[in-house]
Amino acid sequence: MKIEFTEDQLCIRQMVRDVMEKEVLPHVETWESNELIPKEIFPTFAELGLFGMVIPETYGGAGIDYISSCLVIEEIARISASLAITISVHNSVGCYPVFKYGTDTQKQKYLLPLIKGEKIGCFAITEPNAGSDVAAIKTKAVKDGDTYILNGTKAWVTNGGFGGIAIIQAITDPAAGPKGISSFIVDSDSKGFIISKKEDKMGIRASATNEIILEDCRIPSENLLGKEGMGMRIALDALDGGRIGVAAQAIGISVAAVEKACEYAKARTSFGQNLADHQAIQFMLADAATKIESARLLTLKAAYLKDNNLRCAKEAAMAKLFASEASIDVTYKALQIFGAYGYSKEFPLERYSRDARVTTIYEGTSEIQRIVIAREILKAL
Amino acid sequence: MELIICIKQVPDTAAKIKIGSNGKSIDLTDVDLVVSPFDEYAVEEALRIKEAKGGKTTVITFGPERASQALRQCLAMGIDDAIHVKCDEFETSDSLVTASILAAAIKTLPFDMVLFGKQGVGRDNAQVPAMVAELLNLPQVVVVTKFELISENKALAQYEVEGGVAVNEIMLPAVISAEKGLNEPRYPTLKGIMASKKKPIKEMTINDLGFTLEQVGEAGSKVVFRKLMPPPARPEGKVITGEPKEAVAQLIDLLRNEAKLL
Repeated sequence: MKIEFTEDQLCIRQMVRDVMEKEVLPHVETWESNELIPKEIFPTFAELGLFGMVIPETYGGAGIDYISSCLVIEEIARISASLAITISVHNSVGCYPVFKYGTDTQKQKYLLPLIKGEKIGCFAITEPNAGSDVAAIKTKAVKDGDTYILNGTKAWVTNGGFGGIAIIQAITDPAAGPKGISSFIVDSDSKGFIISKKEDKMGIRASATNEIILEDCRIPSENLLGKEGMGMRIALDALDGGRIGVAAQAIGISVAAVEKACEYAKARTSFGQNLADHQAIQFMLADAATKIESARLLTLKAAYLKDNNLRCAKEAAMAKLFASEASIDVTYKALQIFGAYGYSKEFPLERYSRDARVTTIYEGTSEIQRIVIAREILKAL
Repeated sequence: MELIICIKQVPDTAAKIKIGSNGKSIDLTDVDLVVSPFDEYAVEEALRIKEAKGGKTTVITFGPERASQALRQCLAMGIDDAIHVKCDEFETSDSLVTASILAAAIKTLPFDMVLFGKQGVGRDNAQVPAMVAELLNLPQVVVVTKFELISENKALAQYEVEGGVAVNEIMLPAVISAEKGLNEPRYPTLKGIMASKKKPIKEMTINDLGFTLEQVGEAGSKVVFRKLMPPPARPEGKVITGEPKEAVAQLIDLLRNEAKLL
């Protein structure tokens, strides 16, 4: 066993750190208060290769491994959790399903613009009345000649607000239960594709989370991804990658919080000594650092499995569960170390806490992750 | 155009510098090492010249094993070739030793231009580019803020002088050193980083260049470090209290007689 980053993994991490500190950090607070990441910056990130990270070079991607992509998402989240989820979702559930399940024509038509950052990718399963219970979705796709007509409402679609390429999950065979769900590639320019209300969120406010309404949205049948009934399989596969991304995002938020807390603890005095000299503060920092390291190792293990084409459903779920729960605790403790300043909008600690909160909810709640993990370990016994 | 860029790996400018236990070197434990920021301008300028005129870019460094990481970063930015003159006696070598080694390495290659950063961040001697030019008997313009090729073997290089700029015409081959503002260095892309893995780094020893261990490090240097000291700790600030009128009078008195600023 070898736990050591390669030279190019370190180089990738350094590049993203530089880009984030120089190009993004100065704008983060504006983005959050405007509730918008300006689309204009996307081609810059695409040029760096961040919009098709694990897609092989032959398809125009950067061809890096999942371990590197974890480092990328962590570094982005250290500065902006909103940008981290935007890029993570675009890669893991936008680009990846088209690459893995798409035909050559679909790849040509949809994957290239995604990688170039001309279109932003999103994945729409959740509906107002169907979240964790995926099989309860109501959106329907009815075949009509050489087209499908889609009708339904999708909620909480990360990146849904940008317009671009959406992978829509819809029922094609109502009698078949989960096996009656299919995936479709839908361009947001299609008639009947309506980008509806923006969700008013507690955190990651700059992330474009919207409702999408499909109203007699007619798409060519060649936009079916994979085969009819494969929707659930595609979703579960893509979500493994998505979960690794959210784990990395949660780690990045935690890292930022602890860095700030350490800085503050060394600068602020109370009772005649630095905060950092109080054992109560040291214990909080030590626990936080230990949680971050554990989360990181779990996440890298899941990424390692994915890099080697091994099953990683359990490990991705564990990484996501642990890293997200840890980030809530770590950001709260960091805020506590800051005291009243932590509660103030003048410092980013309150933002870290708000941003971390969503990580135990999206890409499968902590409860769903536990179900996945339990199912896997019980099956193995 | 054959372009050579000499770079140095230095501690990140944001790193906290600690003096090592021997009292004359920097403790590099836990310090991030980067390509000296001024060298990045030189790398960028070389890439732009190559993109405009064609040719080849080669980056050279003189340094220990770890310096290969800095070469790798230049390759990731788009540089074609890298040469690493490996030597552990690098930190204790003075500017002239460094310049002699680099000049010897440069001589093994064809070149039209040799580019440097104006100084290696950290030591900040700003001597090596001029010394290399002298050793190679080449014309030089240093601390360049604007560079333009005007023919196959002629260029305009501009630098700032007190209150203005000086524009120099220079014959190639030549040495230039880059100042901040010459350009905006690009970030390496993910593809560039992946492609850099496939570019080999040519390793050389000082012996390959005709040097012996006696000619480098402290033994070969005319200038040696006796002692490194951190800057003195900042004295604690003074708070002046009282009525504004008296406080201002007191402040002026302190500025005049204690700080001697007025």
